[in-house]
Amino acid sequence: MTRSTTTRSTTPPPRTLFDKLWDSHAVVTREDGQTLLFVDRHFLHEGSHHAFAQLAARGAAVARPDLTFAVADHYVPTRGRPAIADDSVRAMVDRLAGNTAVHGIRLFGLDDPRQGIVHVVGPEQGLTLPGLVTVCGDSHTSTHGAFGTFAFGIGASEVAHVLITQTIWQRRPKRMRIRIDGTPAPGVGAKDMALTWIARLGADGAQGHAIEYAGSAVTGLSMEGRLTLCNLSIEGGGRCGMVAPDATTIAFLRGRPFAPEGAAFDRAAADWLALASDADAAFDTEVSFAGEEIVPVVTWGTSPQDALPIDAAVPDPDRIADPARASHVRDALAYMDLVPGRPLAEVAIDRVFIGSCTNSRIEDLRAAAAVLAGRSARVPGLVSPGSSLVKQQAEQEGLDRVFVAAGLEWRDSGCSMCVGMNGDQVPSGERCASTTNRNFKNRQGLGARTHLMSPAMVAAAAVAGRLADVRPLLAGRI
Amino acid sequence: MEPFRRLDAVVACPLPLANVDTDQLIPARFMKQPRAAGYGGFLLHDLRFDTDGTSRGLALDDPAFAGARVLVARRNFGSGSSREAAVYALVDFGFRCVIAPSFGDIFASNAVNNGLLPARVDDAAAERLLGRTAAGHRVSIDLAERTIGCDGETIPFAVDDVWRTKLLNGWDDIDLTLSHTEAVRAFAAERAAMYPWSLPRDRG
Ligand code: SF4
Repeated sequence: MTRSTTTRSTTPPPRTLFDKLWDSHAVVTREDGQTLLFVDRHFLHEGSHHAFAQLAARGAAVARPDLTFAVADHYVPTRGRPAIADDSVRAMVDRLAGNTAVHGIRLFGLDDPRQGIVHVVGPEQGLTLPGLVTVCGDSHTSTHGAFGTFAFGIGASEVAHVLITQTIWQRRPKRMRIRIDGTPAPGVGAKDMALTWIARLGADGAQGHAIEYAGSAVTGLSMEGRLTLCNLSIEGGGRCGMVAPDATTIAFLRGRPFAPEGAAFDRAAADWLALASDADAAFDTEVSFAGEEIVPVVTWGTSPQDALPIDAAVPDPDRIADPARASHVRDALAYMDLVPGRPLAEVAIDRVFIGSCTNSRIEDLRAAAAVLAGRSARVPGLVSPGSSLVKQQAEQEGLDRVFVAAGLEWRDSGCSMCVGMNGDQVPSGERCASTTNRNFKNRQGLGARTHLMSPAMVAAAAVAGRLADVRPLLAGRI
Repeated sequence: MEPFRRLDAVVACPLPLANVDTDQLIPARFMKQPRAAGYGGFLLHDLRFDTDGTSRGLALDDPAFAGARVLVARRNFGSGSSREAAVYALVDFGFRCVIAPSFGDIFASNAVNNGLLPARVDDAAAERLLGRTAAGHRVSIDLAERTIGCDGETIPFAVDDVWRTKLLNGWDDIDLTLSHTEAVRAFAAERAAMYPWSLPRDRG
């Protein structure tokens, strides 16, 4: 029997999860540092029309339709389907159907039982897998990083580039690790963790960085929670957000329609588990939080970084030393019609929205329903599940009846009131407690005032008719 | 794409706001339009106009800043949505450069893909430039040297080297990438053989 006794003189340097993903996708690295990465999955939605126009202008073909998947989500109506009343909205949905048909790309269209928000459908179908590079012409593509895939949003010119070449040029970002250890209190979850770190580091706090989330509070999250956490990475400026694949990841993926099966799955799972950052791998930036310091938060301003614990008061711009920050706060409070010093829990709301790629998965709906069961909402609101399959499951669990009994509308799946492109909008001047990701001016409709928070906190706001702490409402329920 | 050369003593418009996200740069409802008609009219629409269409008096609509080529803003310009239409709106309005202390990642690369220079300066320099441009001082941009000239001062700015080269030459990524087609094909074949799980299982 022969045994190799050669030992390499140099052991490979320890690598992070991100390094491993980057290295395994680099086709060419130029002297100037730009790297051509191979793209494993490319997701499209109605907004891809500019990219298809560029393709047409060049007379180019799609390189890998087998790795390209399209979903109708941004413009689809959430009731009265499949009819679309608004002509310009129907044109957007039809244009996607036309472009994907011409190029042989699979579409989960309005009539498909698997239709839903692209960042919900990818994971749900097992199209999103660990170890991949995943892109989409949408900034919340960071969501997919929950599986340990390098997933990031791109612009229309880049979408055209990926369609034509199945690659993308990138400069290697810096690596940041955000650790959250410990056990957050009941009723406190991934949304609170995300808004807490963004409030601390700022809306550009992670700019130029690939984020890896770690720590026991993160590994303790379900896949749904990890998806929420990674989804919001972009709101802190991150290039992407990721969680290393583990047993939770693998259990979620087993049996998903487009995921490998049988022996191929086991082989894949072994490869996926090896992606975790090496123990002594170095990060350019490290930040940590204690799970116990995470409490339910709400936003009060017009940037996701404008977040505070629910028991805090509206900030006072006159007490902020940095003039640029003070000017932002003043401007935000004017738009939000809030008075400095007023307790947040006294702010009355006009409506609620539960949905979007941040918080519309089954677990989000269960969390909201746990608060709403047997109670009524004091304000109107919409619930739009993240996918048609989530809708189906929620109905099997009777969650739809809880929402309807509380006085909320149970709708079909799509981006809906997150961005209002389909006409689901918050009327001007109204204040909405929302599970979405952006409280930008006019985001949910012209003059709409958005407060971001978790699904449980939106449910609490609905019951109270004002911003409210969910924790007392959960007593004896979870 | 048109190469970016110098801008000499051009009008620069101050926008003294932080976190100007791409939803502000172009509200979602305008993005259904094809580009051909021009996106300039949509730029910062809801910030500039009241619901009845009257101007809110932003510098952008002040005749003193007509023909501006440079926009000066505060931190985190172009954060948020990946919509490239935000860049179309700036470019179609006439801008060739935005100066700010930081930019949204995706916005900045979209900008470069459309010949718009995202020039990073520190916060103090941004504040000085906001003041000087509001007072009507013109601005010169030298991309090769990475400097901004304004009111007798020369301010350095940062821009990724690769982006600088791309802007100076007016390069298009797609042509460059197509020269690597064979390498990409070989890479894809090897990857599929080594990690068969990386391909979607086709359910027909
Ligand atoms: S739900 Fe909102 S944030 Fe998510 S993809 Fe749709 S529009 Fe974008």
